[in-house]
Amino acid sequence: MSARRHPGLSVAPGDAHTESEAEPVIFGFWVFLMSDVVLFALLFATYAAMRAQGIAGGPTPRAITDLAGAAIETALLLTSSFTFGMASLALKYRDDTRRLARWLAITGLLGIAFLGMEARDFATLIGHGAVPQRSGFLSAHFTLLGTHGLHVAAGLVWMAVMFARIAIAGVDDRVRLAIMRLALFWHMLDIVWVGIFTFVFLYGATG
Amino acid sequence: MSDAALYGLVGNLRLSDFPPKHDLIANCAAWVVIFGVVATLSAITVMGWWRALWTQWLTALDHKKIGIMYIVVAFVMQVRAIVEAALMRAQQAAAVNAPGVVSPAHFAELFTTHGTIMIFFMAMPFLTGVINYVMPLQIGARDVAFPWLNAIGLWLTTAGAMLVMASLVIGQFSGGGWSGYPPFTQTGFSPGEGVDYWIWSVGLASLGSTLSGINIAVTIYKKRAPGMDLFCMPLFCWTALCTSILMIFAMPALTVATSLLALDRYAGFHFFTNDLGGNVMNYANLFWLFGHPEVYILILPAFGVYSEVFANFSGKRLYGYNSLVYATMAIAVLSFTVWLHHFFTMGQSADVNAAFGIATMLIAIPTGVKVYDWLLTLLFGRIRFSTAMLFGIAFMVSFVIGGMTGVMLANPPIDFAVHNSLFLVAHFHNMLIPGLLFGMIAAYQMWFPKAFGFRLCERWGKVAFWCWGIGFYLAFMPLYWLGLSGAMRRSAQFFEPQFLPWLIVALMGAVLMVCGTGALGVQLIVSIRSREARRVAIGDPWDGHGLEWATPSPPPEYNFAVIPNVSGRDAFTMMKRAGTAYALPACEDIIVPRSSALPMLIGAAAGVAAFGLVWHIWWQAVAGVVTVWALVIARSFDADTQRTIPAAEVERDTTAWLAGVAAATPAPRSREMTPANAGLAEHQA
Repeated sequence: MSARRHPGLSVAPGDAHTESEAEPVIFGFWVFLMSDVVLFALLFATYAAMRAQGIAGGPTPRAITDLAGAAIETALLLTSSFTFGMASLALKYRDDTRRLARWLAITGLLGIAFLGMEARDFATLIGHGAVPQRSGFLSAHFTLLGTHGLHVAAGLVWMAVMFARIAIAGVDDRVRLAIMRLALFWHMLDIVWVGIFTFVFLYGATG
Repeated sequence: MSDAALYGLVGNLRLSDFPPKHDLIANCAAWVVIFGVVATLSAITVMGWWRALWTQWLTALDHKKIGIMYIVVAFVMQVRAIVEAALMRAQQAAAVNAPGVVSPAHFAELFTTHGTIMIFFMAMPFLTGVINYVMPLQIGARDVAFPWLNAIGLWLTTAGAMLVMASLVIGQFSGGGWSGYPPFTQTGFSPGEGVDYWIWSVGLASLGSTLSGINIAVTIYKKRAPGMDLFCMPLFCWTALCTSILMIFAMPALTVATSLLALDRYAGFHFFTNDLGGNVMNYANLFWLFGHPEVYILILPAFGVYSEVFANFSGKRLYGYNSLVYATMAIAVLSFTVWLHHFFTMGQSADVNAAFGIATMLIAIPTGVKVYDWLLTLLFGRIRFSTAMLFGIAFMVSFVIGGMTGVMLANPPIDFAVHNSLFLVAHFHNMLIPGLLFGMIAAYQMWFPKAFGFRLCERWGKVAFWCWGIGFYLAFMPLYWLGLSGAMRRSAQFFEPQFLPWLIVALMGAVLMVCGTGALGVQLIVSIRSREARRVAIGDPWDGHGLEWATPSPPPEYNFAVIPNVSGRDAFTMMKRAGTAYALPACEDIIVPRSSALPMLIGAAAGVAAFGLVWHIWWQAVAGVVTVWALVIARSFDADTQRTIPAAEVERDTTAWLAGVAAATPAPRSREMTPANAGLAEHQA
């Protein structure tokens, strides 16, 4: 089994054995992400159907779209993906736990800020009576964004667990593998958010 | 205590939800469950089996034990669901211009639990169990890729099954059919716990199946023995791979459908309501986006089993291996393009219906290819009519009939005429009983000696076969006719006296199938009692082709002392021909997963959470969910997850087994079913 089957799979530089051990784990996580993305795809499809037919005299997509807020959220999440990239580089090329922890901490803070913004959005909508019980469209809107938000929250819990594990046992191969998977998860959520920003917010602002 | 305090403490659960119930039959069922649980627990206590049960089974991560536990769940649930089937047949036979034996509400509950159990808690655990047991052995692996995840899948499924069983005692189950269509399953029409039982039991099962699918696919992609190319795998592994891919892509649709329905019911959302923009058709789309691939999740593994059975018991290589592989892949892909044929009548345009109708008919082509391949495998073979083979032959004949009625139903105009009639019920039972259940029974007959080291009794196996075979025709051929005559499915009562003779014939068929289930039970007991005369410990009772037969029966925890090198298809046949099948290898230390109690506890906590959700006991639901995640996190801190089996122990066991091989007399195929068969096959030129 060649050590370079997956370009992204360098647990530690030049360690072919660990890499062959790691391969099923990382591959399995990709497969899980694929299944998770199918779940989001179906929520997008439901949102599309509800957007077309489920307004029920309630607020329209345009009425509830706050492009400025969405832009800030997007900036926060995309930046957090970049900072996680820096954490991955620190993990891969530098034997520097402090540097890794610093980038991970920045990523986590950006994630928390994103969730805070999203909670503020939800609170604003609910304050204006645009609650999910108002219409099928709003049900789909809250469910799509809420599911994404729950995923981000799960990622943050996972990140906290990683800090605890680094504090207890340092950065061993198991922690490396876990952080690599968390990175994949985090970037996947970013991609889903790009879909949400485009389809819910940009397209929403048009009608 | 105030009402609010009571609600906070026990949600909607009240003493009146416990037995005794209003209906005599429901009462009997509840007491059977209670006595069954008490009797089982007492028996384990009296026999002093708790410690062994805990250390050897409940905490096991060995794929073979997990596979066996899946099949135990499947058998237990099958007993309930088949009794319900017979009860429904009895009701319809008794209810021509009469009220019958159960109330309409109870009848609705019966067809809901029957369908839900047969799909999610009989068929799915059975096939997952068989894949779990057989596939890693066939590809020459020591275990699956993720043993711990494997156990979580098992225990989530079991928690779902226990929730369905709990509904027999506490409260009642949904009356909305196994597909749970809104708006009937919304709170307006179905208040109370019934639909919630359905949502959460199916939800647990769907999560378990998603995890199983990931595990099976990754195992096949990454854990094959050296030289075991994909096109060297036994056909069963190919069907397991395609089924697992379908699980990965299709199960999320079920998760979404049930979750959105739950949001409607619990939080007042409007996904599938009649008002405020809800769209009931969207539920049908989501559900069948899962539901149709599910049909092939169920049937493909059975196709794999039949491929092994036909080749094995006709003493030939499988005919048309490549075409069988491509047909399997074609079916897997096409299965995602036909979901709409479940609701041709829902109002989309004729063009859309035509497209899906044509796609549906296309599936008959790869399936037909398979049937011809199997026929040609049998042709000129030295066929041994073992129980597994008999089930296989019955499958081929019956499945072709069912397939032809499927092509009929794929025509939207015909479907409009017989939609939701007993014709449809006859069709899908005609696919699933031969196409899934017979396959799983055949797998059980064929691989049981591998798992337990002794053969099953053939005499009782054949009794079971004739009961199932004849029972199936008696029960379902009349339903085609009744459906064409206008009898609708899920009817608690009929008003046409001319239906009566057919309904009575169908009832007799159902009773025969209950007898078939009983015969399988008797077969097991008889076989255990006479196991000494049936020992096949050397491990190759049927002159098998795949690597699973290259191990002792039962195989050791690590499966293979040394991972075999494979150089072609039918790896074990090649080893036997080359005379290398029973050579002592150079043994090394083997690393296996250490047992873990966490998966069972995670399943238990998930079950507790689901029960809390069903009855609106919010603190219990929250506690259960938090516990699940706490246990998952606890696992991530556990660095000590593996155990080493020293080379000396491996060598000792292997040497003992090889001594048995040397002492045994090879059995010819003519004496396969006699005590002369010690599990060593006579070399056939």
